[in-house]
Amino acid sequence: MRKAGFTAMNLSTLSYYWREAFSSMFRNAWLSLASVGTVTISLLILGISLLLVMNAQAFTRSLESGVEIRLFLDSGLSRVDVRDMERELKKTPGIATVEFISREEALEEMKKNLGDRQDILEGLEEENPLPDAFRVKAEKADNVPALAAELEEMKGVDQINYGRGMVEKLLAVIKWVRLAGGGLIIVLGVAALLLISTTIRLSLFARRKEIGIMKYLGATNWFVRFPFLLEGMILGFTGAVIASAMIYLGYISLVNRLDEVLPFVTLVTDRDTLLVVIGGLLGLGVVVGILGSAFSIRKFLKV
Amino acid sequence: MIQFYNVSKIYPNGVKALNDVTVQIRKGEFVFLVGPSGAGKSSLIKIIFREEMPSRGQALFNSKNITRLKGREVPLLRRKIGMVFQDFRLLPQKTVFENVAFAMQVTGSSGRAIRDRVPLVLSQVGLKDKAGVMPSQLSGGEQQRVCIARAIVNNPVLIIADEPTGNLDPDTSWELMNLFNEINSKGTTILMATHARDIVNTMKKRVLSMTGGRITRDEESGVYSNES
Repeated sequence: MRKAGFTAMNLSTLSYYWREAFSSMFRNAWLSLASVGTVTISLLILGISLLLVMNAQAFTRSLESGVEIRLFLDSGLSRVDVRDMERELKKTPGIATVEFISREEALEEMKKNLGDRQDILEGLEEENPLPDAFRVKAEKADNVPALAAELEEMKGVDQINYGRGMVEKLLAVIKWVRLAGGGLIIVLGVAALLLISTTIRLSLFARRKEIGIMKYLGATNWFVRFPFLLEGMILGFTGAVIASAMIYLGYISLVNRLDEVLPFVTLVTDRDTLLVVIGGLLGLGVVVGILGSAFSIRKFLKV
Repeated sequence: MIQFYNVSKIYPNGVKALNDVTVQIRKGEFVFLVGPSGAGKSSLIKIIFREEMPSRGQALFNSKNITRLKGREVPLLRRKIGMVFQDFRLLPQKTVFENVAFAMQVTGSSGRAIRDRVPLVLSQVGLKDKAGVMPSQLSGGEQQRVCIARAIVNNPVLIIADEPTGNLDPDTSWELMNLFNEINSKGTTILMATHARDIVNTMKKRVLSMTGGRITRDEESGVYSNES
């Protein structure tokens, strides 16, 4: 008996909260729309920069495994010299793998790369102009420039070659995407917070008499507060849903289009990563909405 | 039920609204609170209701110290007290039924309890047929009846009425006083601040007279003033 009454109480109170939240949202329809719009835009930018950073990171990771340094050796080194050098390279910190490529192997490789036009190289077997070389892979792309400079000083090394400039540029771009994205997110997040709190403040102001009466009738602060928190939460969540849908659909179509036009560019598409991004956006929308209304409510409760 | 011990209230702007007030009101009493505007009637009511805190002294309600209530206990205190205002304070966009039901909703009553209780209370105040009407369509006396219905719907032990007849004509005022009398006869304590001299003089209830923040007269079966 008592339990049934308890459930009924919660149901009637709950339905009261939802009715209040929605009716107040529609009373200030334009401001509600503005709040939703701001949340949408902020989260849209957040989502886009998140995906950008994620893809850039995946790209560097694939580069990291791809970036290699070639050490071209002085001609006339003995086999023993070469073996000593290999041993020394393997001891150097920051180096993942070391591979020796003889001048014969180098020529073969070059022929293979030329395919049909390997006739250009005809006759070179007699007097191979290519030097012996080491192919060194670094553990991290960030280390490549420093490592290259260090290896250039090594005895027996004639010349060094790696994707100079390319790696540095990519690292700088990622840094900027992160910084700019972060800055924008903070600015827009604050804007969304302020707009939601303004929306809630207006509906609070319109209903301050009602709130006073509620407190006179013995309403708890939570009873007064809850519909407004709910309203903020709905506004934030709606904005987040719109932003997530736009990002998801936009990204999927971008991936498909890129697949046709630039098949060698691969974007991050695994389901888990995208779910984390979308889930994060939705959660953030809700948090921004609740915080925004919580800011406004405090001073209206002092009756 | 209500005990004030040396209660003083000084507002931040320096106005001394209550000055060393000591008074007791017992359960089931009907008490008029009279005196000129600014004599401290409202401050006295606000302290019982915990809208204001006394600057000095102690105030008890049902042997509980009002001044020591925690913030979350205040709603529970207010649910034991029904308030009736001079300006009614009804919600204009809600019907008579909804206005009364609101008081139950606020305290978390179930939908069924509300549907059972509200019609009963409305017929008690003589508004059985007006349940679906908006307050703006009612006369002043009828609006005050809604306010009374809202005050008693949660079965309070005390009703505080702050000049309930201040905006009403004499005939209507008397009808309402009969209603208050009826409620009082069922055991609910009533504290009523009023300027209605005739009513006080005719009803022969306990009268607390305030001047300058002090209780200057406390008489059983009293009259509005001793002058004349």
